[in-house]
Amino acid sequence: MTKQTLYEKIWDDHVIATPEGESTIIYIDLHLVHEVTSPQAFDGLRLNNRKVRRPDRTLATADHNVPSDPLSTPVNDPISRRQLEALDENCAEFGITLFPRGHENQGIVHVIGPELGVTKPGMTIVCGDSHTSTHGAFASLAFGIGTSEVEHVLATQTLPQQKAQTMSVTIDGIVGPGVTAKDIVLKIVNTLGTGGGAGYVIEYRGEAIRALSMEGRMTVCNMSIEAGARAGLIGADETTIEYLRGRAGVPDGAEFEKLAEYWRTLRTDDDATFDKEVVIKASEIVPFVTWGTNPAQVIALDGVVPSPDDYQDADSKNATARSLEYMGLTPGTPMKEVQVDVVFIGSCTNSRIEDLRSAAVVAQGNKVASTVRALVVPGSHRVKKQAEAEGLDQIFLDAGFEWREPSCSMCLGMNPDQLTPGQRSASTSNRNFEGRQGRGGRTHLVSPGVAAASAIKGRFATPDEVTL
Amino acid sequence: MKSIRILQGRAVPLELSDVDTDQIIPSDWLKRVERTGFGRGLFSEWRDSPEFVLNQEQYQGATILLAGPRFGTGSSREHAVWALMDYGFDAIIAPSFGDIFKNNSSKQGLVIVELPNADVEELSKLVKANPALQITVDVERRTVEVAELSWERSFPLDAMTRERLLNGWDDIGITLRRDAEITTYEKTSHSPTLNGIFDASGHSAR
Ligand code: SF4
Repeated sequence: MTKQTLYEKIWDDHVIATPEGESTIIYIDLHLVHEVTSPQAFDGLRLNNRKVRRPDRTLATADHNVPSDPLSTPVNDPISRRQLEALDENCAEFGITLFPRGHENQGIVHVIGPELGVTKPGMTIVCGDSHTSTHGAFASLAFGIGTSEVEHVLATQTLPQQKAQTMSVTIDGIVGPGVTAKDIVLKIVNTLGTGGGAGYVIEYRGEAIRALSMEGRMTVCNMSIEAGARAGLIGADETTIEYLRGRAGVPDGAEFEKLAEYWRTLRTDDDATFDKEVVIKASEIVPFVTWGTNPAQVIALDGVVPSPDDYQDADSKNATARSLEYMGLTPGTPMKEVQVDVVFIGSCTNSRIEDLRSAAVVAQGNKVASTVRALVVPGSHRVKKQAEAEGLDQIFLDAGFEWREPSCSMCLGMNPDQLTPGQRSASTSNRNFEGRQGRGGRTHLVSPGVAAASAIKGRFATPDEVTL
Repeated sequence: MKSIRILQGRAVPLELSDVDTDQIIPSDWLKRVERTGFGRGLFSEWRDSPEFVLNQEQYQGATILLAGPRFGTGSSREHAVWALMDYGFDAIIAPSFGDIFKNNSSKQGLVIVELPNADVEELSKLVKANPALQITVDVERRTVEVAELSWERSFPLDAMTRERLLNGWDDIGITLRRDAEITTYEKTSHSPTLNGIFDASGHSAR
């Protein structure tokens, strides 16, 4: 038998038909829905008198528009409120399980799927959101889709798809102490560039990836889209299986072991080949921060703000100059001297329990600088509850961080948590585009530990600066 | 999607080139949660002016839009197509179109008629001279016709799009033709569903 990559195995397992001259039709095992990209899809169903084919493969949660304010605060923005209400009504009408604001299972769509154990190895998973690639950490093929495709999946539980090219990104060796999954993926995006993954599904491989927890693997897969890739995935192993054991969505006992047996096959065969292979040395990965307006513009925290003169070609020179101007940075300034106004610990990249723990270790016994507003926004109610059981909320509150309700929050300017023009943030989210966190806001992407240390120092800082 | 064989109606001459999707439907309309009602936002930057051709008495009820080159360039928003259809247009005749717009149109059943510039200009002139002129777009024969003037032109329409329009297939309709295959696949699928995990109010045992 020919050797197959993980992507090819999952793909083959889901092909329904390959019509002559058209795209392949693949089956979708799990469709995750949120309030922003679904209303018109449901309206389309109504216009055409169609039903949701598989409500038992469809799960909805409110996240993008949900304020992170206490649950007693109403949703004041009329558009947000309408989108949330529309989701309530649509899920009721079409028989879809929904976790609305305040529900014990509510949270960011890419946090709740895995933590509830509904994200499982070998599945095809889609959601009207580009960071659906997060679920690829579970050896599943997961990717973001547009609103018409959301409607298509609701109606048919399938999607017409072109098969992607395969790319392996291998991290060679193990990373040093203080280096996190976020630093690994920032390095990957920096290496590939924002378009380097276009047309590919990336499989992350190597010792450093194997050594990551599921939380860390999700952080890596989450940002696949920032390199332009269709999806990112990681083969299943005992870490995957142990994470899922005992979760709400998986069976117990012999049934679980049977599933686990199948999951163990969800890895790339030895000697299978990829269309493209990239190797990154683990020794080159250090704590990173983005300095510009796209996630590939990355430098070491110990580094200095780059200069347009560092580049040879006119395009890069111009792009660098433009980014620096928007970011309000002067070439040559050490990053650790750049002051921050806001620190955001949250988003589907870094809002899981392990992320909060790594920030809490740094926060413990320290105080947030008087010039900084620092928010901690757990990715879900379950994460929040777990953190509170471990006393992390108290550590954050004692240090002067805000402890907020689950939401996409300051990851994007769709809810009340926003930067004001000119404000600079250290953020654990995934996009530093112009205006992403609010008009005129300046976003720097970092790991949770660096975010917490920066909150305390009032400037970019590494955890070792405050925990020694 | 409805099946479309022959469209007949009056036309309105827009006579503008490079009408992009922002002009068709400005971005503040993208915040809506419905897929209907976008007709009110169609060309909304221009609609306040009584001079604007869509506001002129003689063109009320027209179902065919005559436009200049490069109609519908710009963003991928399907809202542009929804707005044109919701307003009441079922065909757009122009010398050329934005790629994504054209693609989106074929998926929604808005008929895209590409004619050489000279023909579009001639048609506009004829319509201005007689706004009551009946124009026929025949999807089956791929022709545009003004019967009373014996004016007829052919337009390009790829086989797949023609098939879609004639049968009223949207993307979903096309996939649903494979319903039996989907059902067969579902019977053999070993992928777990959500059944039994959550109760009616979304709570789970663990
Ligand atoms: S946290 Fe940010 S990236 Fe993730 S789903 Fe929400 S808005 Fe999208």
